[in-house]
Amino acid sequence: MTTSIVVDNVSKTFRYQSHVTLKKVLQNRMGGKRSDESFKALDGVSFEVQQGESIGLMGLNGSGKSTLLKLVSGVMRPDEGQVLTRGRISGLIATGAGFHNELSGRENIYMNAAMLGMSKEETDAKFDDIAAFADVGRFMDTAVGNYSSGMFARLGFSVAVHVDCDIFIADEVLAVGDRPFKRKCLKRMKEIRESGITMFYVSHSAGSVKKMCDRAIVLDKGKVGFDGDVDGAIKYLHYDGDDEEPDTEESSEDERDDALANDI
Amino acid sequence: MSLSGTDATGPDTRPVEVRHDLAHVPLTAPSRTSGVLEVFRKRYLLRLMVRREIKARYAGTAFGLAWSYINPFTRFLTFYAVFGLLLGRGSGLENFAIHLFAGMVLVNYFTESVTAGTRSLLANKGVIGKMAMPREMFPVASMLVSLWHAIPQVIILVLACLATGWWGDGPLWVPDAVGMGAALLGFVLMMVYGTALGLMFSCVNVIFRDFQRIVQTFINMVPFTAPMMYPYFFIADGTRIPEQYHDLYVANPVAEAVMLIQRGFWYPTCAPNCAVDPATGLELPEFVGDLYSRGFIMLGIGLVLLALGQFVFSRLEKTVPERL
Repeated sequence: MTTSIVVDNVSKTFRYQSHVTLKKVLQNRMGGKRSDESFKALDGVSFEVQQGESIGLMGLNGSGKSTLLKLVSGVMRPDEGQVLTRGRISGLIATGAGFHNELSGRENIYMNAAMLGMSKEETDAKFDDIAAFADVGRFMDTAVGNYSSGMFARLGFSVAVHVDCDIFIADEVLAVGDRPFKRKCLKRMKEIRESGITMFYVSHSAGSVKKMCDRAIVLDKGKVGFDGDVDGAIKYLHYDGDDEEPDTEESSEDERDDALANDI
Repeated sequence: MSLSGTDATGPDTRPVEVRHDLAHVPLTAPSRTSGVLEVFRKRYLLRLMVRREIKARYAGTAFGLAWSYINPFTRFLTFYAVFGLLLGRGSGLENFAIHLFAGMVLVNYFTESVTAGTRSLLANKGVIGKMAMPREMFPVASMLVSLWHAIPQVIILVLACLATGWWGDGPLWVPDAVGMGAALLGFVLMMVYGTALGLMFSCVNVIFRDFQRIVQTFINMVPFTAPMMYPYFFIADGTRIPEQYHDLYVANPVAEAVMLIQRGFWYPTCAPNCAVDPATGLELPEFVGDLYSRGFIMLGIGLVLLALGQFVFSRLEKTVPERL
C-alpha cells in the first residue's frame, strides 16, 4: 500500500480585500487604518490518504473544501505546511476550464487533455472514447462557443474522466447534466474507483458520499472536524436528521441513480 | 482505463497502483515546477497553446491569415508617407522605405510580445485558477505567437529587398553571412528581452492591474527610440542632441536590434554608402561603431534580465491564483 496524498499541517490565509485601489490605500493611511485583514481558509489541516482510497470531503459552505482541493490539485500553494501527492492528478474541478470558445470540440479536447498532462499519442488513442462519452455528435467540429451548456459540460467531463490518472478529484460533479448523463457519470466514477485510483470526492449529498466513499473528512471552519467512516461524518454534520426534507429526498434520488448505474 | 483501448483481450484490469508502479513514483508537491525550463519540457502543450492563439486570433474572419500581412503593410505605408514623403526624413538615406520597414519588423515583434505577455496571465485566468501547470507557459506562448506574426513581415521585407535590388539603382540584394547573422542576433535580442519583460510584467499586472496601461503608454514610445523613422546620424552627429545622450540612446536594446536587422536587410541594398549628407556629400555613419560587440554584450545582459524575470515570476506567481 502506498501513500497517495499527504497533507501535513496545512494553512492557507486569504485577505478579505485582495484588490485595493490607490484611493483606498491613501484613505486608510490617512485614517491610520490597516487594510490587511485576513482570514484562515484552512488552519492546520493534516491527513494522509492511501492509494485506492476514496475520500468524501464534506463540510458546510465556506468550510474550506474548495481551497483544500486547489491545494491538492496543485493550483495553489499552502502558506504553511506541505501538500505532497504521488502520480498524475486529474479531476473535475476544472471541467471546461481552458476551453476556447472559437475552437472546435475536437481541438478543445486535445488542448484540455494536454493541460491535464496527456501526450498526443495518449489523446489519439482515447479520442473515440472521449467523443463517445461526450456524445455531442455532429457538433464535434463546431466551435464550442455554439454549444449548449450541457454539451459544454459533457465535453469537459469526458476529457477529465478519460485521463489515465492516479488521483481523481471531483468537486460537485453532478451539478450539471441531465439524468442519463448523471447515470453515465456515476458509472464511470465507479469504474475509476474500482481501478484503484485515489478518489477525492466533494459533495453535500450524504447519500452519494455514502455510496461512493469509504472514508469521509469533514472540514469545519478550516479545520478537520471529523476524519473517519462515512456514517460518522454524516452524524457529525447532522445530515442524517429527519428534519432536513430536501436532503433525504436527494439521497433517495441518488440511490436510484446509483441503482440505475449498477444496472447498466 | 487501458492505453490499448479496444484490443481483443479487453482493458487492463490491474489496479492503477500496479500498472503505474506507484511504489517507485516519488511523493512530490503537486505545484512544483522548474520555471521556464519546465515550459520547454512540455513542448506539446506549448505548441497547442501557441496554435490555439494563432487560430483563435482570426477565427471567423473572411481574410484570415491575410490580416497578418495587411496590418503591417498599411502601417508601413502610413509611416512611409508621413516620415519619408511628407517630412523628408529619408533625406540622406538610400532606400529609406527598407530602412524603415526592417526596423518596424523587430519593433512590432517586441512591442507585441511585451503587451501580449503583460496581459497573458489575466487573459487566461479561467485556466490558471483551476488547473495546475507551469504558469510561465502563458507569457512564453504569447511571445511565440508574436514571433509567428513576425514571419509574414519578414517575407514582405525580403520581397521588398529583392525588388529594390532588381529595379533600384543600387546593387542587387544578396544576403551576406554577416548581415544575416546580425539580423538573427537582432531577433534573438528582442526574443530574450521580450520574454524577460513579459514574465515580469505578467505577474505585476495581476497584482496591480493598472500596470498594463502603464506598459501600453511606454510601449507607444518605443518605435521612436530606435533609428528607423529617422537616420542614425541624426543622433550621432551631435547637432540635434547633445553628444552625451548618444551613449544612452545606443544602450537601448531595441535601437541596437533595429540597427542589427538593418545591417542584414537594408545595408546590402545600398552598400557601401547608405547615408550621405545631402548638403556636403560627406559619408555619414549608418550604424553605431561597435555594432556586433554591443549586440553580444546586450545579449548577455538580456540573459541576466531573463534570469531575473524568472526569479521575479516565481516569487510572485504563488499568489497569482488567489488574486485572479
